Amino acid sequence: MSEASAVYWMWKRELIRFFRAKSRILGSLGMPFLFLAILGTGLNNAINIPGYSGSYLQFMAPGIIAMTLLFTSIFSGVIVIMDRQFGFLKETLVSPVNRSSIVIGKSIGGATAAVIQGILMLIIAVALGMPINWIMLLPALAVMMLISMSFVSLGLAMASTMEDMQGFQLIMNFLVMPLFFLSGAVFPLSSAPQIVQYIAYIDPLTYGVEALRFLLLGYTIIPIYISIVVLLLFFALTTGVAVHLFNRIEN
Amino acid sequence: MNPLMNAIEINNLTKKFGELTAVDSVSVSVKQGEIFGLLGPNGAGKTTLISMLVTMKKPTAGKATVNGFDIAEQPDEVRKSIGIIFQDPSLDEELTAYENLELHAAMYGVAQSEIKKRINEVIEMVELKDKANEIVKTFSGGMRRRLEIARGLLHYPKILFLDEPTVGLDPQTRKHIWEYVKKLKDERGVTVVLTTHYMEEADSLCDRVAIIDNGKIITLNSPTELKNSLGGDTIVIATSKAAELAAKAKKFKWAKEVTPHDGKLTIRVANGEKKIPLLIEAARKSKISIQSVSLHKPTLDDVFLHYTGKTIREEERSTKESIRIRTRAWSGRR
Repeated sequence: MSEASAVYWMWKRELIRFFRAKSRILGSLGMPFLFLAILGTGLNNAINIPGYSGSYLQFMAPGIIAMTLLFTSIFSGVIVIMDRQFGFLKETLVSPVNRSSIVIGKSIGGATAAVIQGILMLIIAVALGMPINWIMLLPALAVMMLISMSFVSLGLAMASTMEDMQGFQLIMNFLVMPLFFLSGAVFPLSSAPQIVQYIAYIDPLTYGVEALRFLLLGYTIIPIYISIVVLLLFFALTTGVAVHLFNRIEN
Repeated sequence: MNPLMNAIEINNLTKKFGELTAVDSVSVSVKQGEIFGLLGPNGAGKTTLISMLVTMKKPTAGKATVNGFDIAEQPDEVRKSIGIIFQDPSLDEELTAYENLELHAAMYGVAQSEIKKRINEVIEMVELKDKANEIVKTFSGGMRRRLEIARGLLHYPKILFLDEPTVGLDPQTRKHIWEYVKKLKDERGVTVVLTTHYMEEADSLCDRVAIIDNGKIITLNSPTELKNSLGGDTIVIATSKAAELAAKAKKFKWAKEVTPHDGKLTIRVANGEKKIPLLIEAARKSKISIQSVSLHKPTLDDVFLHYTGKTIREEERSTKESIRIRTRAWSGRR
């Protein structure tokens, strides 16, 4: 009972904080919006995606939604460092609540916020001319949630081994940006050099992008069931690691 | 809880960090319903001792029970029966006071039907009711502290731990907080364990004080007894006939040291306040006029000096604490 209400409150706390930080909502939509609105429209007539009949803007839109999810969710995981610096983390850690409930509550909460961002991005994309397969909207939202929860957990896992926000820039430049660029979000993997393709296949976000592309546009180069299985495995792995590392935090 | 049981029972508890022994085989028991103080300078091991009792750190050796539960074997039971107010702030600044309390209630499994009633009760007690729906970011240091105390009480703990509860607060707020702590003890019978390096705090608040230095408890008693153990008070009498009065004073068996020196007479006695009337009476009988009388009671500072050979001075604040105070001031300003 208290575990369930702890999960619920951890989720609620993330959302309260999310909606109170209006500038954060706008701020984290900024970059994906520029990608989509400028890069997308600018390259729209210059690029043809082999094997895909739609435009470049349509092709990249699911990728940009995935980017929004990635950025927002990693950030809401890593932000736990601030909880640590401001002392709030201690309050949660000494409570009788199981730490896995704290991790799960935070990951659902952070992911909900990320998915809200993703939906805003989706609306922008539709406004810019992306067609949408309405029947697949719900499954697409579920995949968005799955992607986000995994990356919140990844952020939490990293945060539980970090002392302050100093390392955040490192994470952005050497983890988040490569994850994004290598996922095939903005270019078709099939026409990338072999080596890039190999790396792309170990990037979990690739499967997220491909799954979203399939559900929203009906186009993918990876069978949907493989994408889903990989995403589920990645989710299990990151959640497990986050719970493990969280359990190890002393004090 | 069995009324005869001690609230806390500590047996040879030890914590080592590598080479450093932060808590060195401490044994002590805390009675139910008392305010128990751990007094010592920064780095004496107070916080480490408390951290073990609240199950945040694992002891290197030794045993302890809190509310009858073993800290190593039943940490969840321990956590449910205690409230903790940390040395450093631990509120969520983005949430309102009310939300902070709701969250705590949820984490400690307070029944849904009880939550509202209890929040009202504790928030009223710390006089923050009119601020309940304001975001904590806007609170002053003292308000935050009070909110933390309210939060610590929300799940009706049997034992409340306060780690340096008034560090960095102004004297008025400090006194305010002392009143709350006393009220808790008197009205709810909560056992309170607090650490402090403020002598005045230990003196005016605690039923018993353990002086801790280098990880060891050096002495333990009520503040009054501790001070009396130093051999008493100093009475200084200003009179033109100091030598004459000295001769009279020496006749009292309880006058330990009687030293006349130009226009003044210094007498060391136990329970000085009770001896002053006797001395005045003796002076009156011998028609010796007295200009003034002053009584100097030994302070816990003197006790600390006596047992450790050093004083706890406020200017000895460690860097950590000054940073803490600055952080508090800074976060309170935003």
